[in-house]
Amino acid sequence: MSADNIVELKKVTFSRGERVIYDAIDLHIPRGKVVAVMGPSGIGKTTLLRLIAGQIKPDQGSINFDGQIINKMSRPELYEARKKMSMLFQSGALFTEMNVFDNIAFPIREHFDLCPDVLQSMVLMKLNSVGLRGAAELMPSELSGGMARRAALARAIALDPQLIMYDEPFTGQDPISMGVLLKLIRQLNDALGLTSIIVSHDVSEVMSIADYAYILANKKIIGQGTPDKLFKSESPLIHQFLAGEDDGPVPFHYPAQPLEQQLKEIFD
Amino acid sequence: MNNRKIEILVGGFICIGLAALLFLALSVANTSSVTNGETYRLYGKFDNIGGLKVRSPVKVGGVVVGRVTDISLDQESYLAVVSMDISGRYKGFPESSTLSILTAGLLGEQYLGLEPGFIMPGEDPESQILTDGDTIQDTKSALVLEELIGQFLFSQSSED
Amino acid sequence: MLGNGLAALGRNGTNIIMALGQSGLMLFNAIWALPNFSKNAPLVIKQLYVVGVQSLAIILVSGLFIGMVLGLQGYTILIGYGAENSLGPMVALSLLRELGPVVTALLFAGRAGSALTAEIGLMKATEQLSSMELMAVDPLRRVIAPRFWAGFISMPILALLFSSIGIIGGHLVGVEWLGVDVGNFWSVMQAAVDFQDDVLNGVIKSLVFAFVVTWIAVFRGYSCEPTSEGISKATTQTVVHASLVVLGMDFVLTSLMFGE
Ligand SMILES: Nc1ncnc2c1ncn2[C@@H]1O[C@H](COP(=O)(O)OP(=O)(O)O)[C@@H](O)[C@H]1O
Ligand SMILES: [Mg+2]
Repeated sequence: MSADNIVELKKVTFSRGERVIYDAIDLHIPRGKVVAVMGPSGIGKTTLLRLIAGQIKPDQGSINFDGQIINKMSRPELYEARKKMSMLFQSGALFTEMNVFDNIAFPIREHFDLCPDVLQSMVLMKLNSVGLRGAAELMPSELSGGMARRAALARAIALDPQLIMYDEPFTGQDPISMGVLLKLIRQLNDALGLTSIIVSHDVSEVMSIADYAYILANKKIIGQGTPDKLFKSESPLIHQFLAGEDDGPVPFHYPAQPLEQQLKEIFD
Repeated sequence: MNNRKIEILVGGFICIGLAALLFLALSVANTSSVTNGETYRLYGKFDNIGGLKVRSPVKVGGVVVGRVTDISLDQESYLAVVSMDISGRYKGFPESSTLSILTAGLLGEQYLGLEPGFIMPGEDPESQILTDGDTIQDTKSALVLEELIGQFLFSQSSED
Repeated sequence: MLGNGLAALGRNGTNIIMALGQSGLMLFNAIWALPNFSKNAPLVIKQLYVVGVQSLAIILVSGLFIGMVLGLQGYTILIGYGAENSLGPMVALSLLRELGPVVTALLFAGRAGSALTAEIGLMKATEQLSSMELMAVDPLRRVIAPRFWAGFISMPILALLFSSIGIIGGHLVGVEWLGVDVGNFWSVMQAAVDFQDDVLNGVIKSLVFAFVVTWIAVFRGYSCEPTSEGISKATTQTVVHASLVVLGMDFVLTSLMFGE
């Protein structure tokens, strides 16, 4: 493992029941960068993040995080390693029974015994960095979608992690809050010296801030590189995905017999 | 709802739970406290114990002084052996006391009635007192309703 | 036909055994480690409020009515034998031995058990449990354990209250309304009710019920399918399974405690 990479997947195979999701993929996330992981829905992007977080174990291969093999760890070791990473869930996943302040304070309270003044100033700093210092007393149900996601982002950076994983952070966001989020992700990454993994299918937005990108399809990584390199790629698969064309190597139609034949059978 | 109010309500909840337990212990149940402290054991042999059960009370003049702790059959004499724990507070029953199996009301539960005897004057009173492990000699078995009716019918017919 | 039946039996059998194994493992992981008292006590207190205090009203009202019905029914039956003085022990023994623990457990399953399942299920569906795990906070300790303990502690308390208020209800109907002698009512009751045999055995029963009902409720929530359909199914299952298990175990416990 090279010290420049915070995460390295080697020959990782994973299946759900009979269905293979990943077939021997290799992937590495360089330290300090914003890395985009793109692919069609249902291809296993969330699964990839859960593999890195150790919530599920691969069938084969190894997942290395910060020099340790995640899929070989005991439960206590895994919990220790997770203090160095955090994840922003698709839904935000704020705790609905506590207000925004307590949500951000939650991981800090769980792991450290701080006096109330220090805790309060820490939480307010985190909230300030996402622009929600004024919303500290609101309940999650009183937040708009964009604010909820920013609050969740503040909670994700509460423990000063080394790695943040964003699971589709832009879905259901209006253009303004999307812009805000994009800027925040980039800013936090550079200001706090984080590494960020962004899972998304909003190609143009993610590519605008990513340093490096992976494209997943058909259980494999079909393309990787800097955004510039990918946009210039000759591969028809990558081209179809990046340009959002409806038909191509990834077919529009779910496999079926030809239409004429099926219609003929119906009327015969 | 702030934390303090919740804590107070939960405290109140636990308190009324304890109050209910206290109410059940003091007003609803007999805590069977006679046999809770120091006790001594006596035995009695009966031809027939009827419906006597383990934990049935032993009463003197209606006051509970102890409880039946075990009922078994003596293999040699085929008599029922009843062991009972008598509260240490009630000592000094004479050896000549009688033990009978009585019924509370017509259909009620059966219990042991202990009728204190007397102490022979002139002899050492200490040696005439029931102590731990003693057996009461004078016992009256339970009245069995069927036998009573049988006897009654028998005496009726013999009078004719 | 027979083959299908056998296959279904086998499938259900393995499912049940698997569920037992998983739920046992879950409970073990949740409550095994020594609790960090200063951190966990507030969580348990909060849940005691939700699970216990908020169930008080339904328990007290039901207990009162059941006691009153017992008083009324018992009186009409016993007066036929001229034994209305035994109304006290009848009411008290039925409540302490059976109705208190059992009805409390059934009401608890419906009121608090279903709420526990739905709450935990919803936390799962909205990824709150996952996100907790990723903050290196074990949801079994943080979410499941306090709820389990709260249920385990509050149900026996609720059952004691149910029995107490039921006896008072029996007194109201029997003594105040139908005219059973007040002295007889209480003294015959005291003579017949034994603290250890009746009161404590009732408490033991309700501890056992508390354990299984809360266990079923938290496990159903924790293992439910994270969709709205899955949550509603899990909630129904909690109430159905908990009620059946309580009634079945009641028979077993009764024959162990009171049978000869
Ligand atoms: N808990 C699960 N059990 C079984 N299959 C699952 C589960 N979670 C996800 N899957 C399946 O795995 C595939 C990948 O899911 P996911 O990683 O969520 O995709 P993506 O995030 O790329 O949309 C999907 O087809 C989904 O149906
Ligand atoms: Mg996903």
